[in-house]
Amino acid sequence: MSLLRTIVVRIAYATILLVAVLVLNFSLLHLAPGDVADTISQSMGGADQELLNEIRADYGLDQPFLVQLGRYIGNVLRFDLGHSFFYNQPVTKLILERMPATLLLVVCAQLLALFVGVILGVYSARHPNGPVSHFVTFFALFGYSAPVFWTGILLLIGFSLNVHWFPVAGMRDVTIEGGFWVHFIDIARHLVLPTITLASIFLALYSRLSRATMMEVLGSDYVRTAKAKGLSEREVVYKHALKNSLSPVITLAGLQFSAVISGAVLVETVFSWPGLGTLAFQSIIARDTPTILGILFFSALVVIVGNLLTDLALRLVDPRVGSKG
Amino acid sequence: MKHFVKGFVAATALASVVVAGSVFAQEPVRGGTLITVLGSNPRNLNPAVQSGIVTGYPGAQLFAAPLRYDENWDPQPYLAESWSVSEDGLKVTLNLVKGATFHDGHPITSSDVAFSLKVIQENHPFKSMFAPVTSVDTPDEHTAVLNLSQPHPGIMLAMSGQLMAIIPEHIYGDGQNPKSHPRNTVDVVGSGPFKLVEFKSGEHIILERYDGFFMEGRPYLDKIVMRIITDPAARAIAYENGEVHMGAFESQPRIINRLKEAEGLTVTADGYGAIGPLDWLAINTSKGPLADKRVRQAIAYSIDKNFIHNAIMQGAAKDAKTGIHPDSPFYEADVNDYALDLDKANALLDEAGYPRGDDDMRFGVTIDFGWPGVKPNVEYVKAALKKAGIDVTVRASADFPTWAKRMGTMDFDLSWDTVFNWGDPVIGVHRTYLSSNIAKGVWSNTQGYSNARVDELLGMAAEEQDPAKRKALYSEFQKIVNDEVPLYFTNALPYHTVYSDKVGNPPIGIWGTSTPIDMTYLKE
Repeated sequence: MSLLRTIVVRIAYATILLVAVLVLNFSLLHLAPGDVADTISQSMGGADQELLNEIRADYGLDQPFLVQLGRYIGNVLRFDLGHSFFYNQPVTKLILERMPATLLLVVCAQLLALFVGVILGVYSARHPNGPVSHFVTFFALFGYSAPVFWTGILLLIGFSLNVHWFPVAGMRDVTIEGGFWVHFIDIARHLVLPTITLASIFLALYSRLSRATMMEVLGSDYVRTAKAKGLSEREVVYKHALKNSLSPVITLAGLQFSAVISGAVLVETVFSWPGLGTLAFQSIIARDTPTILGILFFSALVVIVGNLLTDLALRLVDPRVGSKG
Repeated sequence: MKHFVKGFVAATALASVVVAGSVFAQEPVRGGTLITVLGSNPRNLNPAVQSGIVTGYPGAQLFAAPLRYDENWDPQPYLAESWSVSEDGLKVTLNLVKGATFHDGHPITSSDVAFSLKVIQENHPFKSMFAPVTSVDTPDEHTAVLNLSQPHPGIMLAMSGQLMAIIPEHIYGDGQNPKSHPRNTVDVVGSGPFKLVEFKSGEHIILERYDGFFMEGRPYLDKIVMRIITDPAARAIAYENGEVHMGAFESQPRIINRLKEAEGLTVTADGYGAIGPLDWLAINTSKGPLADKRVRQAIAYSIDKNFIHNAIMQGAAKDAKTGIHPDSPFYEADVNDYALDLDKANALLDEAGYPRGDDDMRFGVTIDFGWPGVKPNVEYVKAALKKAGIDVTVRASADFPTWAKRMGTMDFDLSWDTVFNWGDPVIGVHRTYLSSNIAKGVWSNTQGYSNARVDELLGMAAEEQDPAKRKALYSEFQKIVNDEVPLYFTNALPYHTVYSDKVGNPPIGIWGTSTPIDMTYLKE
């Protein structure tokens, strides 16, 4: 019952939040000087005033601000994100076309970062002063502080140019022909470098956090009790301690979901990954307001859903969370 | 025995050299998939309503124009197998190839030509291309007669490259706005050598040979894959490791010089004469001290062009002394170089009545720039002008539209700018100087420049049918502009085409990739 109520309340808040996000974003974008007519004229090599006015009239940009805002909100409430000025396509279609690529990249990167991060964290918690622990700390901080576009280019030079292991850009090789598995392997090969690049930021967070919580948990009474009972080291660490040290990591992973799309912008741009990130980047450059708003709307949705899912996941790992709320 | 082996090896080597030699001299080969690259995502594949180099490349493969040009700037038959211009210059007759078809099998007729011209007149940003065309007569299916209100020699280049795409009336004549017509990106039915297989926004464009193309035996390639890779560094790696055969419009000097050293690649600045991209320092001639010609000349004398060429452009860019691209037949090289001369600059500024103040400065101006790539140029100008006593403040813009707004409304003192010639001077050159085109948005006469003789010269050149006389008019125009410095010309934008050894007949004519690449082939 309390679970259901939480969800309902959350959804109500979320709707208000989404409308606020829309109004705020719309106003901010409107404040900036210049508009999509300028970028269209840029992509055309120049256009005269008459044509600029025509473009503005075509897209309703000559209307007063409040009329434009009202129209937009009205459309969104009818689940219509509008029509992209720059790409001449419905925004919903653009986003849905690009979403699978971003989800694939982001989920793979998150899983890789979580899996490797927790393993490294646990290992270095058990051997806090060993060489591996120091290496993990160094490596994690390095990955976290290096800008992703730099890491990406470095990986490209290493593994695409010096040794031809992985392709440079894109998500698939369009000249390849074959069945499902041929394409599967092709996409997997394209996925490796962007995934490692994107994971490098999160890896640091997860390994540091799981190391710290694991060390704390390993020092606690019940672990000592478990050890005293004569349980094996492996059982103590992975059955008792790990489960209890995971909840901060899950919270963090959930929060990171919001950072995921922003992180993907850079990685996708470097690797020409045909996802939401490149779309976001290009539409900001192009001042393609409906597309930018659509992506922001979508990101807000992802964050809200992500947070909700995190809460639910925490309930599963730690039953005390639910009983409080 | 040993001798025999040696001799045999030598003979084989010789034979293989001969074979290799004959491979190079060989006729182009049919077949193969050319992998090329686009530096940004086209918003539209229909060049009749969308100009620009990104649409130009796929657009010129999908749609044929009446004419094409050879590398000597001479028009060649394309969709028009022959053409003629009447004595008074008021009638241009195009005789279309018989049996030419669109990609859906419909015949290409003179009424499609008339329709396309109308769409272009109404929707294409370059109004001057066909402004004098009053009507098009179609006496029969294969003859189109363009009636002009005045002689218009510029129409020849305007009927080539990507500028006059012949589009099917039976698709685009359905009453929808051609600018946002859905068939501009999906199920495109063109008239050119290649037809559209797939356009995945942000990912790739795939084109396939159109077997019914009206030129016998062409195109040579079976397929063209245009991958969209926006990051220049990633593109460079893709050329180097052979993932991509060819690309154009590479403009970063560091990357160009690196690729020049790479094995198996050719990097060339050829092929951009008609597109004609120029870098320059724009000067607002309506503002304060800058309204004085002597001040503008002093600015030109204070800037060391060699520094821009050698340090900023790293030797990758050609010199340009006027507003016409150095590869154009109309380019006038015999003009003032404005070699660095600070004494002269100081003298001119003193003469103009701007003595140095207590802080050693004469007056202050701002300088704008619209994209991050030219920040070094702007910073250099600031440092250079300081020596002449002009205090320059750099004003950054958040993005292109912000800068475009400032330029279009003449809200600037100095600005770095890049403007393209687009074929005939009538199309891309006049707009910057005509006093009737002041402050009409970005890339108009944003300098507020006004000179009656220049207006007159450009007016005459637009109508002059004799090529030698026309060249003389443009020559005088360039000398005036060079002397009055509404713009300080520094260099041609260092666009380069990169292609691997496997590519035969790369597109390095005057229109670069903005023209059909039906003669390009892949070597065995």
